[in-house]
Amino acid sequence: MEYMTIDSRLVPIEGEKNILAVIRKAGIDIPTFCYHSELSIYGACRMCVVEDDRGRIFASCSEQPRPGMVIKTNTKKLQQYRKLIIELLLSSHCRDCTTCTNNGMCDLQSLAYKVGVHAVRFLNNKEQLPLDMSSPCIVRDPNKCILCGDCVRTCAEIQGVGAIDFAYRGSKMQVTPAFNKCLSETDCVGCGQCRVVCPTAAISIRTNVTEVWDAINDPNVRVVAQVAPAVRLAVGDRFGIPKGENSMGRLVTALRMMGFDEVYDTNFGADMTVIEESTELAKRLESGEKLPLFTSCCPAWVKFLENKYPEFADNVSTCRSPQGMLSATIKEYFKKKDEEEGKTTYVVSIMPCTAKKAEILRPDNFTNGRQDTDIVITTVELIRMIRQVGIKFSEIAEEAADMPFGYASGSATIFGITGGVTEAVLRHLSDDKSHNSLNAISISGVRGNDNFKELTAKVGERDVKIAIVHGLARAGQLLEDIKAGKAQYDFVEVMACRRGCILGGGQPYEEGHNTRSARTEGIYKADRMTPVRYTSENPNLKLVYDEVICGKEHELLHRNLKN
Amino acid sequence: MLDKSYYQKVDEIINIHGKTKAALIPIMQDIQAEYKYLAPELLTYVAKEIGVTEAKAYSVATFYENFSFEQKGKYVIKVCDGTACHVRKSSTILSKLYEELGLSKDKHTTDDMMFTVETVSCLGACGLAPALTVNDEVHPAMTPEKVSTLVKELRGEANE
Ligand code: SF4
Ligand code: SF4
Ligand code: FES
Repeated sequence: MEYMTIDSRLVPIEGEKNILAVIRKAGIDIPTFCYHSELSIYGACRMCVVEDDRGRIFASCSEQPRPGMVIKTNTKKLQQYRKLIIELLLSSHCRDCTTCTNNGMCDLQSLAYKVGVHAVRFLNNKEQLPLDMSSPCIVRDPNKCILCGDCVRTCAEIQGVGAIDFAYRGSKMQVTPAFNKCLSETDCVGCGQCRVVCPTAAISIRTNVTEVWDAINDPNVRVVAQVAPAVRLAVGDRFGIPKGENSMGRLVTALRMMGFDEVYDTNFGADMTVIEESTELAKRLESGEKLPLFTSCCPAWVKFLENKYPEFADNVSTCRSPQGMLSATIKEYFKKKDEEEGKTTYVVSIMPCTAKKAEILRPDNFTNGRQDTDIVITTVELIRMIRQVGIKFSEIAEEAADMPFGYASGSATIFGITGGVTEAVLRHLSDDKSHNSLNAISISGVRGNDNFKELTAKVGERDVKIAIVHGLARAGQLLEDIKAGKAQYDFVEVMACRRGCILGGGQPYEEGHNTRSARTEGIYKADRMTPVRYTSENPNLKLVYDEVICGKEHELLHRNLKN
Repeated sequence: MLDKSYYQKVDEIINIHGKTKAALIPIMQDIQAEYKYLAPELLTYVAKEIGVTEAKAYSVATFYENFSFEQKGKYVIKVCDGTACHVRKSSTILSKLYEELGLSKDKHTTDDMMFTVETVSCLGACGLAPALTVNDEVHPAMTPEKVSTLVKELRGEANE
């Protein structure tokens, strides 16, 4: 084993690609702004500086560990260096933390505290630039940008979109779309992954909390919530609940305390999606037309395909997303009751996702001109609402969601993770509905963190070739391969966010590095703990199909592609 | 909307340099040499053709001061404000030009698209200070009076 010395202690080098990783392994949380393990190394923020035994100062993210190396991470020189960097960053940064949407969640704020900056000696004479509010998903505030470039690299490297980049230079440098356009005029798909990596509020979630309170405070409005699978595994993060724990029960209670009239589970919509999408796949396999079938649950992916590969539009499933299916069904369910009681039903959809905010505005998701989902709030916004009310989230009792849309199968739960939709569909299409069959499917290659997986599954007599992708850059590569005839599939599942909705653009990201694994484990546990694992065994589905949908699948559950 | 001929010309330029990302800068230079400026529509078009994002192309173009997205006048006058010219009072040359042409620090081109006035850091003609160029032709040892005559001449030439 080879070793290096960090702050007078020997630390083994085990294939880490940079010194920073070794330092973190040694239990030291060295500050960084511009380093993310999944992105290319930029080395611009200089927060991660260390000093070697010859007094040389360098960025630990940009250098490889070498055996015998001796470094220190916290000398006087380094402390002063980091402090100066933060002070300089703050000198041209808005300092109204109390009114910032990111207050308390900002890396710049917390590093200024950690590093010990108590005053800023420089005047902020930077010209104030307008906010970009053109996207329904995210807001750009260039005045709060510290030019770390994390968003630029995420958008280009992970999502293959490249909607924003650096422009100009020197003190005039900015991160912006080309020609200072609005985000809505670019190819931005609203995934919010740039917001996830942004250390400040320069990119933040477009919030819709006010609309929800307005609806709740209106006595003539029936306010109905639906909660997506990934939300329940993340909402507890900010309330001291162990990472990845399923907080659905508490969430239901909290929503009722806030004044929601009904609380439903988006998983019910996911169960309907399993039925509709499996039927669609079976049909296409039989006719051999429009293959591969692409999933349509992820709106960022759908938009990406429409922007860059419109020639594949017919391959996208006609299914609405689980959110869309459930909202349309809820509106149908309350139609008569609303008329009788003189009320309107307002559907609030609670999602891990910023792109869902745009999905609800798409005319192909409307039913006869009616917008089915009235508003989307993300997990982060929900947390803010819980705080506004002062609910002690970790202490409240758990309650169950309302019927008939409050009960769903385990297959629906795993929609929140990459590979989950595929796993659910394979379960549904399997003739063998036993435990053995569940296990066999779970190890068939549908699970795992890789951004590209492929497998062949038997459906009836036929071998079905499947690909599972997350990250739109990888999806773009796959589409290129399909176009060039280098790859051929029957079914392709794509999710824009890394590892799926559990790490969506609207989720909270706390300090610490096990968020990903805790949520992954949490979602599979939720599946295991659901008494009904197969969609077809959800007892409420038949009821809803018979009494609410009544043969109107095409109107309510599929995208209306005519207009 | 730019005329189709612009895109044909740009296609020719792209063909010379090849459809690779690395060709971005030479392509931009050739377009600017052809039209004296880099029309935003053309930059967007080039980006798409060679497979870089529009935002990246914009990033590169704004990094270099040389590239301009504004259409230039028939005569592009570059006033040198390098050290040698500066101490020899190039600022009076510039203000005279602004005055004669109704331009300013923020308005570079006359409405009739005849004149564009820019400042440059050094023309490399320090011995001839203060100097300016009109479409790359050097005019040495300028004075405010000479500026008036020059503008008159150019206007006359333009009216011929
Ligand atoms: S929301 Fe997604 S597509 Fe849009 S700028 Fe951010 S990373 Fe890029
Ligand atoms: S917007 Fe945020 S992530 Fe992007 S460069 Fe600025 S501070 Fe960094
Ligand atoms: S994290 Fe190393 S320079 Fe930014």
